[in-house]
Amino acid sequence: MRRVWTAGLAACSGLSGSVLANGWNMPVGVTDVSREIHSLHMTIFWICVVIGVVVFGAMFYSLFRYRRSRGAKAANFHEHTTVEVIWTLIPILILVAMAIPATATLKTMYDASEADLDVMVTGQQWRWRYSYLGEDVAFTSNLATSRSQVSGESAKDENYLLEVDEPLVLPVDRKVRLLMTSDDVIHSWWVPDLAVKQDAVPGFVNENWVRINEPGIYRGQCAELCGRDHAFMPVVVRAVEPERFDEWLAERKEAAAQAELGVDREWELDELMERGEQVYGTICASCHQPDGSGSPPAFPALAGNQAMLEDPDYHIDTVVNGVSGSAMPAFRSTLNAVELAAVITYERNAWGNETGEAIQPADIAELLDEQ
Amino acid sequence: MTGQHSGDTRKGIRRTVARTLVALAGMFVFAFALVPLYDVFCQVTGLNGKTSNQAQALVHEAADQDRVVTMQIITRGSSGLPWSLEAHTRQVRVHPGQSAEVDFTFENLGDEVSVARAVPSVSPSEASLHLRKLACFCFQNQRLAPGERFEAPLVFQLTRDLPDDIKTVTLVYTLYRQDAGPSRENGTQALGGDA
Amino acid sequence: MASHLPPRPTAQHSQADAGGMAADEHHHGPRGLKRWLLTTNHKEIGSLYLIFSLSMFFIGGIFAMVVRAELFQPGLQLVQPEFFNQMTTMHGLIMVFGAVMPAFVGLANWMVPLQIGAPDMALPRLNNFSFWLLPVAFALLLSTLVMPGGAPDFGWTFYAPLSTTYAPPSTTFFIFSLHLAGISSILGAINIIATILNLRTPGMRMMDMSLFVWTWLITAFLLIAVMPVLAGVITMMLLDINFGTSFFNAAGGGDPVLFQHLFWFFGHPEVYIMILPAFGIVSVIIPTFARKRLFGYASMVYATASIAILSFLVWAHHMFVVGLPLVAELFFMYSTMLIAVPTGVKVFNWITTLFRGSLTFEPPMLFALAFVVLFTIGGFSGLMLAISPADFQYHDTYFVVAHFHYVLVPGAVFAIMAGVYYWLPKWTGHYPHTRLSQWHFWLSVIGVNLTFFPMHFAGLAGMPRRIPDYALQFADFNMITSIGAFMFGISQLLFVAVVVLCVRGGEKAPAKAWDGAEDLEWTVPSPAPLHTFETPPRFEPDRH
Repeated sequence: MRRVWTAGLAACSGLSGSVLANGWNMPVGVTDVSREIHSLHMTIFWICVVIGVVVFGAMFYSLFRYRRSRGAKAANFHEHTTVEVIWTLIPILILVAMAIPATATLKTMYDASEADLDVMVTGQQWRWRYSYLGEDVAFTSNLATSRSQVSGESAKDENYLLEVDEPLVLPVDRKVRLLMTSDDVIHSWWVPDLAVKQDAVPGFVNENWVRINEPGIYRGQCAELCGRDHAFMPVVVRAVEPERFDEWLAERKEAAAQAELGVDREWELDELMERGEQVYGTICASCHQPDGSGSPPAFPALAGNQAMLEDPDYHIDTVVNGVSGSAMPAFRSTLNAVELAAVITYERNAWGNETGEAIQPADIAELLDEQ
Repeated sequence: MTGQHSGDTRKGIRRTVARTLVALAGMFVFAFALVPLYDVFCQVTGLNGKTSNQAQALVHEAADQDRVVTMQIITRGSSGLPWSLEAHTRQVRVHPGQSAEVDFTFENLGDEVSVARAVPSVSPSEASLHLRKLACFCFQNQRLAPGERFEAPLVFQLTRDLPDDIKTVTLVYTLYRQDAGPSRENGTQALGGDA
Repeated sequence: MASHLPPRPTAQHSQADAGGMAADEHHHGPRGLKRWLLTTNHKEIGSLYLIFSLSMFFIGGIFAMVVRAELFQPGLQLVQPEFFNQMTTMHGLIMVFGAVMPAFVGLANWMVPLQIGAPDMALPRLNNFSFWLLPVAFALLLSTLVMPGGAPDFGWTFYAPLSTTYAPPSTTFFIFSLHLAGISSILGAINIIATILNLRTPGMRMMDMSLFVWTWLITAFLLIAVMPVLAGVITMMLLDINFGTSFFNAAGGGDPVLFQHLFWFFGHPEVYIMILPAFGIVSVIIPTFARKRLFGYASMVYATASIAILSFLVWAHHMFVVGLPLVAELFFMYSTMLIAVPTGVKVFNWITTLFRGSLTFEPPMLFALAFVVLFTIGGFSGLMLAISPADFQYHDTYFVVAHFHYVLVPGAVFAIMAGVYYWLPKWTGHYPHTRLSQWHFWLSVIGVNLTFFPMHFAGLAGMPRRIPDYALQFADFNMITSIGAFMFGISQLLFVAVVVLCVRGGEKAPAKAWDGAEDLEWTVPSPAPLHTFETPPRFEPDRH
């Protein structure tokens, strides 16, 4: 059926092949639910096509047959109870026929019980944070497409705007429960191939689930307007075999332990600046701009910001704890001590902010787990 | 001309206008009445995973030994509040009907007194109807001095009428600042305003 | 209120120049600007509404052109995302509250008294006030574009907390302007209800009224029911922003989802406020050019009323992915699907009216027929969107954008244009230029489909709405859409040309400008004199 629809439309329009290759239609997807939704979509589509052919057929027949220019004389009927009752009842029957499979699919979609893995998805202007519950693995996932591609200074990659630095890794053939929430405004986590779209509402938790049938990389985007960079917070899911997933999880834990080790040593200014520039580029530059100029009033400039330069404690506090009621989030749980120290050092020494101060990871670490 | 409306018509118009104005006022009040109505509706149906914000009484019933439900506890911070909130246990397994206790530690890591509240949300939302909180720190604001720690228990019960298909219940606490925040005046917070 | 009228500044006008729509552009009456500021005449106020709506249509259209120019190809070329969001937001707000709604009120002002044989609206001074609120409201709204932090940028649905905690400082002005526009709509609705219920010519029963009057009566009741809810919601926003309440803020015990419930409790009936009068216009035009009475008059009235009632029971279908419980999803899915039944009845009735008629295809009929076809296509995608599981894929994509533009542009806007072409002879005494009107029609139909049809594909393929930049696989669809949009936008200049030419001159129209037309407005001369039906006309009830 899909081929008929695709071929028909292609014939009508004669567009370039690239469009066809990328699809005109809802993807069938790689989960049982996405298949069900796709078949529901196609069923309703065809029902609409049939109704459309009948209704428009009758209409265009009348338009051609009863033109005054062809000498048509107007008849004088204007009501017919039986006919009117019939065309009220038939649509009701069609609707009932549509509602039955839709109800069944919806019930499946709402059954998130007995999941093998729980992942908490947190939306944040404008990135996603994933934490694997009970596994002590958590990371943020930022847009990886470079700014120069957006501005057109360099060529756009195949996966323009759909590339992230750290994809969400999930095992195939396992039921994964996704818990959605948000730190600031409402976001919506959407991957078409998985047929999961769920709003992430600040202060509330929603759930959805997915069981992926095939390994692969699946891409999606934030679907709810969430402010300036709404178009720039993609979702990428890498689905792998369960064994690979377990290995990956072990590696992540190992890497986290390695990072812990780095905290205690003394870091050089250059080292911190290098690491800080990286962190700044992925996390901070979207609002405060790569050159630290910000876009006031919502996003203050960091270059030459006296309040920040004069008082390192205030600077650290703002980055670690955020500013309530504004777009500045708390990074205490998003970045580790090294990253925090590096990015603060970078902000205090880049773009002519030459304080010469190196903020040590150890000091930040102390601040983070004072308990 | 309109000035020529007969007395009856004038009276009719006046009556129509009076009625529509009453309807208007009614609808405006109704819009505000929807706010408490919605809260009641949420609590009755469990919509949106909202839980009661008052202590509830224990339902005395025998624990259902055949079923085990996993209760996940998640704590989250929010921007502008230098606090930590830790649950001593991140996961407890309970029988429906049985009551259980989880302890939490609040700590103010900042250098000013601040006030905050932990706002709960439950998923799946259907479960919130069956989650009874006998004691919870989430019923009121907490006020902590710099460096102060505070331990508080959550005592809860999942009632036996919890639907059979619910095997995991997630309870999330998000800490939100309730006072105006630090009083520092400076140019970098042009928008975050009251922060 | 109606009893103590000030002396009419326009009373000494000659009949010939009085009823002209847009006549002010070329006509300088003895009282100049003051005449238009103080007028209480339903025809002049109707013209003011229509001119206002047309200017808003172009302003909102320019915003849409900015959006489409940026989306012409991937990457950010012309505007930054902040400004893009302001453009989409302002486009939506201006088109909904500034263009479509005032256009229908303008048509009601002109035509309701003429169709029910009334001398004027029931409350003429209130009528003047409700119009002049609009320019103030929209001047205020447009002025936010030059305020620090920019105009509202949270979409026309202004979901909290993006529109409260995270909103630009201009939001307070946005709320105030929406309050003014809302008050204007409410006053307009009160006036229309009072007119229809009290000023029908003797002998005209409710079931004798034209369908345009019927649909407007039902629309006015919808306005009375939901505009106060909108006022309530934006007042709560105002309190949250400026007075520290927490209606929609989870931190203070509020709930952002509550905002959506309240907004859509207003918003869904609002959608029908923008389409029911369109049904009325089409139901008047099709019988005229089929030279045959409207099929199923009574069922048309009942269908309109049931759509209006159902509109209060379907709001959460806009919120299928917000995390509603299963029961709510099912309820709102079923109730939404049910709306297809009365809507279907209407379409069947229109087509049966065409069946065995004697059809001609003057410009109003062309627009009305295009309305039937294209609105039905919008109805089909609406039915697909009602299926909640599938909506998890459609929601917040270009599929939704395609759907509501199909019901609003070739739906509401085409019906308004059909109405304008239909009644221009009555307003100006001249027929619109046939050739130009036909060019306008065909360019609009092609432009509209070129613009909105590819959006279905972009949405199904996965393009979210309200994004200034997109992945490469959506590039071809967007390019076609942008070309179509420019074409549609430019061809609306033809519409202005037709209207201006028609006001200035053209083929003279008799009182009964269309030979199949039956309603009372066709018994007064063309152009309609400033004062009509000062003695109630005789009405033979056999019209419908």
